[in-house]
Amino acid sequence: MTDYVAPGQSGSKVTFKPRYDHWINGEYVKPDSGQYFENVTPVTGKVFCEIARGNAKDIDKALDAAHAAAKAWGKTSATARAIILNKIADRMEQNLEMLAVAETWDNGKPIRETIHADMPLAIDHFRYFAGAIRAQEGSLGELDEDTVAYHFHEPLGVVGQIIPWNFPILMAVWKLAPALAAGNCIVLKPAEQTPASIMVLMELIADLLPPGVLNVVNGFGVEAGKPLASSPRIAKIAFTGETTTGRLIMQYASENIIPVTLELGGKSPNIFFADVAAENDAFYDKALEGFTMFALNQGEVCTCPSRGLIDTKIYDKFLGDVTKRTQAVVQGHPLDLATMIGAQASNDQLQKILSYIEIGKKEGAKVITGGEQADLGGELSGGYYVTPTIFEGNNKMRIFQEEIFGPVVSVTKFDGFDNAMEIANDTLYGLGAGVWTRDTNTAYRAGREIQAGRVWTNCYHAYPAGAAFGGYKSSGIGRENHKMMLDHYQQTKNLLVSYSPNKLGFF
Amino acid sequence: MENPLRVELTETAEELLRKLTAIHGPLMFHQSGGCCDGSSPMCYTAGEFRVGGQDVKLGDLKVAGIQEPIGFWMSASQFEYWKHTHLTVDVVDGRGGGFSLESPEGKRFLIRSRLFTDQEWQILENQPVPTGAN
Repeated sequence: MTDYVAPGQSGSKVTFKPRYDHWINGEYVKPDSGQYFENVTPVTGKVFCEIARGNAKDIDKALDAAHAAAKAWGKTSATARAIILNKIADRMEQNLEMLAVAETWDNGKPIRETIHADMPLAIDHFRYFAGAIRAQEGSLGELDEDTVAYHFHEPLGVVGQIIPWNFPILMAVWKLAPALAAGNCIVLKPAEQTPASIMVLMELIADLLPPGVLNVVNGFGVEAGKPLASSPRIAKIAFTGETTTGRLIMQYASENIIPVTLELGGKSPNIFFADVAAENDAFYDKALEGFTMFALNQGEVCTCPSRGLIDTKIYDKFLGDVTKRTQAVVQGHPLDLATMIGAQASNDQLQKILSYIEIGKKEGAKVITGGEQADLGGELSGGYYVTPTIFEGNNKMRIFQEEIFGPVVSVTKFDGFDNAMEIANDTLYGLGAGVWTRDTNTAYRAGREIQAGRVWTNCYHAYPAGAAFGGYKSSGIGRENHKMMLDHYQQTKNLLVSYSPNKLGFF
Repeated sequence: MENPLRVELTETAEELLRKLTAIHGPLMFHQSGGCCDGSSPMCYTAGEFRVGGQDVKLGDLKVAGIQEPIGFWMSASQFEYWKHTHLTVDVVDGRGGGFSLESPEGKRFLIRSRLFTDQEWQILENQPVPTGAN
């Protein structure tokens, strides 16, 4: 018996519908094709509901609804929108466990995480943007005594959002909250691996938003995502995913001359300078935990600290200590509160991770611990589990250069500050990084030197609203999780006004 | 020794490509990087993904029963880190992966890799790879 009862059994916090249609104009709408696809829980590998298989016609229907709602929604006051966002947050908070179980079942991540991280962060995100939009002001410039430039924030109108499967609700909320706060209407396409939990959320908050403001069309990327991303009826597209699809989305956006925000992942270095091991104290313990963060969310995080760079002076000791710590990560049933690492989100994801473990070995990297699929027995035997894995190798190996998106860290040593920076920046990506040191000067210099949008300094994997998140280099465009994201969902209207009765001088 | 191939297909991949060609017409691959469905080869109708001077073509995949060879592309910067490995496009059961054409079939293309042998690498090391600008 798990701490939380599995969906489908009596006493579960959540009851999934056997079948989910699209959410359009404030109600369920059957897919145009009449077709559905099966949705599997990665916990057991079994089907638990059916999901509407959307196509271009469904996307158009959702865009019709969004456009019909856009004018009125865009004209609601910031106060009114903030009140709605706060109500959404309250409703989610009142149903936190229900949403958490739904998310765990759809994605495979531990309930401990959905209860203590994913849902609280999502709730806070709505509150953050409720506050941010209330506090946002336009500006005026007094250009001369009689001429004033007024700057107003106006919503873009109808925007498209394509959501990844690693944090299905939280990543949706990162995009939804700023877009709604700014007064936009939305057509959202969840990931086809995790389409169900977002529908549970839609149903929960259905009465709080006017019909058409937020529409969800499920389906496969090529059948539903592509018509959304390439539609001339969206004013902006936001996407979290990988580089090839990111480029394709920019290509479509260029055809429509619309802006994009993209978050495309990374290969984040986690750097441990020698002084972290100067004492065996609370800070050293924190650094060991910081290293094991590669296993958080089964490694399925865009900023997974998947490259461990350890100062040569402490290499053997530190690697020994973090190996022990890694082996202490509890893998188990995602619905048990003690479980720290759950199931990978899908079979193909599992297979990809295993293929990377293979190439790592072929390239000569050494497996320090893990390196295999885990069979947790019973009903979990059908699920997708991988043992937390530490590889030792060098930064030119492919396991150091590609985001495996699994609980796999590749470790190498560095000799001195410059060498650490050289290895850290020798990557195509620049989303996250970790720096661990007791020396504030080293921490500051490293943080500024690393080409990444987020440098966690003496911490890792914290995602509070108010700290901008986004990539350098191939990791994407734009910054989420901060009020600056409002800019990505707004137009600037300038009224240039003359208060002078005198003519300009053409006559 | 014959010119070694940089990328090849498993039989199941060939079978799936025949099926996708019958539905969609001529195809291409572009290897993805980054998170989520990154590190996976994305399959599109030929020309859907615009390649340019920043992309390299690792090979033209020939499949029995398909007239047009299927170009396999990758960004040049990514290729710098991949060039010493031989790639095999395989298929696993799965779902999703950007806008790749196979997802509705319940399948996912997957890359399996090995190092080139010394003999292969001797031939390939200085061999130019065509870019999308050619």
